[in-house]
Amino acid sequence: MNVVVCVKQIPDPAIPGQLDPQTHFMKREGKLILDDSDAYGVEMALQLCTAAGGGEVTLVSMAPNNETSGLRTALAMGAAKAILVSDDSLAGSDALSTAKVLAKAIERAGEYDLVLAATESTDGYTGFVPEAIAALLGLPSVTFAKSINIEGGTVHVQRQTEAGYDEVTSPLPAVVSVTAGVVEPRYPSFKGIMAAKNKPVDTLTVSDLGLSGVGGAAAGQEITAVDPAPARQAGEIVTDEGEGHLKIVQFLETQKVI
Amino acid sequence: MDLSLTDDQQAFRDTARGWVEKTVVPNAAEWDRTEVMDRDIVRQLGEMGFLGATLPEELGGTPCDYISYVLLMEELGRGDNSVRGIVSVSLGLVTKSIVSHGTDEQKQQWVPRLASGEILGCFGLTEPGNGSDPGGLTTKAVRDGDDWLLSGQKLFITNGNWAGLALIFARTGGPGPRGITAFLVDPSTPGFSARPVHGKLGLRAQDTAELFLDDVRVPDRQRLGDEGKGFGIAMAALAKGRMSVAASAVGTAQAALDASLRFALERNQFGKPIASYQLVQEMLSDMSVDTDAARLMVWRAADLCERGEPFEIAASKAKYYASEVAVRVANNAIQVHGGYGFIDEYPVGKYLRDARVLTLYEGTSQIQKLIIGRDLTGINAFN
Repeated sequence: MNVVVCVKQIPDPAIPGQLDPQTHFMKREGKLILDDSDAYGVEMALQLCTAAGGGEVTLVSMAPNNETSGLRTALAMGAAKAILVSDDSLAGSDALSTAKVLAKAIERAGEYDLVLAATESTDGYTGFVPEAIAALLGLPSVTFAKSINIEGGTVHVQRQTEAGYDEVTSPLPAVVSVTAGVVEPRYPSFKGIMAAKNKPVDTLTVSDLGLSGVGGAAAGQEITAVDPAPARQAGEIVTDEGEGHLKIVQFLETQKVI
Repeated sequence: MDLSLTDDQQAFRDTARGWVEKTVVPNAAEWDRTEVMDRDIVRQLGEMGFLGATLPEELGGTPCDYISYVLLMEELGRGDNSVRGIVSVSLGLVTKSIVSHGTDEQKQQWVPRLASGEILGCFGLTEPGNGSDPGGLTTKAVRDGDDWLLSGQKLFITNGNWAGLALIFARTGGPGPRGITAFLVDPSTPGFSARPVHGKLGLRAQDTAELFLDDVRVPDRQRLGDEGKGFGIAMAALAKGRMSVAASAVGTAQAALDASLRFALERNQFGKPIASYQLVQEMLSDMSVDTDAARLMVWRAADLCERGEPFEIAASKAKYYASEVAVRVANNAIQVHGGYGFIDEYPVGKYLRDARVLTLYEGTSQIQKLIIGRDLTGINAFN
């Protein structure tokens, strides 16, 4: 059971991010960390390998400046190796370029049964890349997985919906996007951290992948403006005149909580 | 001079911090109330590699530098000093003593099991009649063929009931430090018993024990180091141990400061957050400066140790200062919290109770001052 996990390395969300005033892109010069939403995919992949009795997890990532800090975290969790695509020409890539790059990198990962990705990144939120990768690789795509089981050559997915979940099956290999919070990502042990230093990270450029027509110059989307999020509206105060509980139930129903 | 952390040091700290936040912090208050800690914590400490930090890989450890070690201790101390004490004693005092002074056979027999958390070690030095003066200890070891028979009593022994290995210091020769020898004792040996110490002011969840040895038979091959060299082994362990106590004191101070900041920004009096009042800001500033200064002293001691330079005086200074800071900062944290600091719904009362022992064990503040004074003046006040 070999699993490829797409992981993004992002600026630390705990440190206020900065946008380039000209391009409106997020500045990514400093140290990057593993996107929290990808830690679930890594954990899921490690658990699937354990359940299958063997196999390995390969990471693929695209990041500037040969950045590997976030990859080292995922390697310390237990992934076996990583492929990093780092190329100045990729600055300003749109989601389709990112998908093309990652898809090509996945082809370099050797034999695999499954590709996992987060449903969306914490700093970009396009929610587009996993499905585009599936299309580019010619593989089935299953989205919003809250649980994954492998039986033979088939993946069984519980797919999160607003009302509950769908049960979806797909032949392998497939690309599955994983929702946040579905598994508890492990903390890397001290041994894992030390072992990660010696795990292979294959760093490639766009030309290494034999790709063209990707990166900032080829971007088909443009960020024209960035505006602050609207201020939070004041809440509604309801006076309980004996029917407060019904109003609470009604409200929760409109929010699809119950 | 570069005080920034390396990637490895940051990774170790982040892993320790994340684990403490998830595993320790949510349970610390309940463990403290009930005086019972979940024993599975030992397995997890082993699994995370905390019980093997700085040890050689071939003995099941994770080699890392002393800065990483004190960062780990700070994070554990920030979460719960009862948990930190498990690691300080088992790893810092017992396992490292075996690595430094043990035979190959002793290392192979004990270190991998200690590093993995399969067993814990306890450090049997203090006795009911000998705390600051361990050179006067009275537990006896009498030669009997190829064995020794150990008899005596030990008190305030962290991990004493849980331990699968006891490092016991006993008198094999004449009076004074030169008559002391160290032994590795299996607590399941007939004649060895342990009794929990309850009713502690702080570290209430930590296993603290009274040990009783009644003709406990220990093979000579389990003697650690040469006859008469036990006191030196104990002092060497405690010198490094002081760095870990100091680091955990920094963690406690940081936790008290963090809790106070949160509270001061949320708590409104006279129509605005109490953090906006100058007298509260003064307390918070003092707490922050104290904590930073203590941390830098710990890092200096760890850096000296890592580079193989004499670190013992720096460790004593750090231990003395940081433990007093932990008490002072935790005390101020209660003042910032007002009445809420006096109930256990908030953690600051526990921080003060736990901090209080830090100025006592592994050398009281007064003992540290005498060590520092001896170094300054060349005059030994212990004589």
